[in-house]
Amino acid sequence: MTRVASMALATAGALLLQGCAGWQSALDPKGPAASELAWLIWFFTGLSALVWVLVMIALVVPLMMRSRAQAEPLAIDAGADGRKLRVVMTAVGLTALILVGLTLLSFFANRTLAAIGSDASLTIRVTGHQWWWEVRYEDATPSRILTTANEIHIPAGEPVRLLLTSTDVIHSFWIPSLSGKLDLIPGHMNVLDLKADKPGVYRGQCAEFCGAQHANMGTFIIAEPRAKFDAWWNDQLQPAAAPTADEAKAGEELFLKRPCVMCHRIGGTPAGGTVAPDLTHLASRQTLAAGTLTMSRGNLAAWIADPQGIKPGSHMPVVELSGDELNAVVAYLEGLK
Amino acid sequence: MRAAVAMLLFPILVLAACQREERDTRPQSALGSGEQPTPVTTLEPGGQRASASDNKAASFEANAFHMSEGKRLFGWFNCSGCHANGGGGMGPALMDEKWIYGSSMESIHATIRDGRPNGMPRFGDKIPDDQIWELAAFVRSLGGNAPSSAAPQRNDDMMVHPSENRLPDAATLGKSP
Repeated sequence: MTRVASMALATAGALLLQGCAGWQSALDPKGPAASELAWLIWFFTGLSALVWVLVMIALVVPLMMRSRAQAEPLAIDAGADGRKLRVVMTAVGLTALILVGLTLLSFFANRTLAAIGSDASLTIRVTGHQWWWEVRYEDATPSRILTTANEIHIPAGEPVRLLLTSTDVIHSFWIPSLSGKLDLIPGHMNVLDLKADKPGVYRGQCAEFCGAQHANMGTFIIAEPRAKFDAWWNDQLQPAAAPTADEAKAGEELFLKRPCVMCHRIGGTPAGGTVAPDLTHLASRQTLAAGTLTMSRGNLAAWIADPQGIKPGSHMPVVELSGDELNAVVAYLEGLK
Repeated sequence: MRAAVAMLLFPILVLAACQREERDTRPQSALGSGEQPTPVTTLEPGGQRASASDNKAASFEANAFHMSEGKRLFGWFNCSGCHANGGGGMGPALMDEKWIYGSSMESIHATIRDGRPNGMPRFGDKIPDDQIWELAAFVRSLGGNAPSSAAPQRNDDMMVHPSENRLPDAATLGKSP
């Protein structure tokens, strides 16, 4: 019976850990910073578990032992007292040694983390908003500065420096498979360096409660080979594709005439709002509304028709559009590749 | 027995405190579209005309959530470009309630929606109606026309001195650190 129970426990444990692999997990590192942290997690957990087991043994074994009958319970036995004192002092010494050792390990891990971005060639400014991420690629040439939202493309195998700040409340940037979390604080700049070893898509999440839609504030790091990344950057710098179909043309006109234009920017048109996500290449992204919906014509229409139903409290208001108008705007936005 | 009843009552009372504030973030079409005309003046031949009132005015006025949203929009839509945080610049100051076109919710809503002569643009088709009402509620609070328990606070950078917890204490006041 106990064997069956322990087998079941072990299986349950293994299954639980299995859940930590892959998508968005600190225990499934895909970069040097995350590997360093994962190693620390395992080492701390293992050592603490070992110490706990030893303490439990030291506690349970004497309880199980039958105490010897003593002739004179009150007699002072200097030898036994000395032995006990030595045991306690050794245990205290070991505890101090282990704590200092763990502190040193954590200190050296921090040094490794800090060294990752020392030769970073790419600087990206990430600004937290309620509830989306503004992403700005810095460049010495002003015309090559690029602003996008929610999805962060980076070259794989190269260190990248992220400058984190916020405009409203404190958010926290966390890509578990690439790095630890770091806060985005209004009026303050935090620096986070990370590197993705291999190309891939890594999901991240706001990790500091920031209001009603905190749970729907996701982000993606998309690591690509350098050539593909450069091509992506050049594509994104282009102004938005001018609509050709009649419906899309009507959609552009509506976009510029109606409230959309007050907050959003679309490169190459008079729309220049900077308080909401840049839509110049909206359709080239994989998700809508900071990872809330996948990008599709239906989801776009749903999001515009009822943002307050999908993300209640978000700062995208309901704009009253007729069915035909909604279709036209969606046709236009869908063409912004 | 009494203790058991008290212990049962306590968690029920605690849970009752978990009720969340209701926020209307979708347009309330039941309250009308806000499209009714608003008179520019109360002067009328043959006596005063009763001023028009709007159902929405009451539900947005003095509502803390709507006023704070209005404050955010005031910054986002660059109202400060002319009205300078309410102090006035190219546009008139918004700090009192003696206003050219009236200081009621309805008048402010009409001012933002339809614009006014000498510079105020019309935002009617650029801002959804509910957001105009939010702006109107905030603008009214600028002149002290909203209860201070609901009105949004002034930004930190506009305070005349740092907040109390950031001020030097009495012992070090006036001495250099």
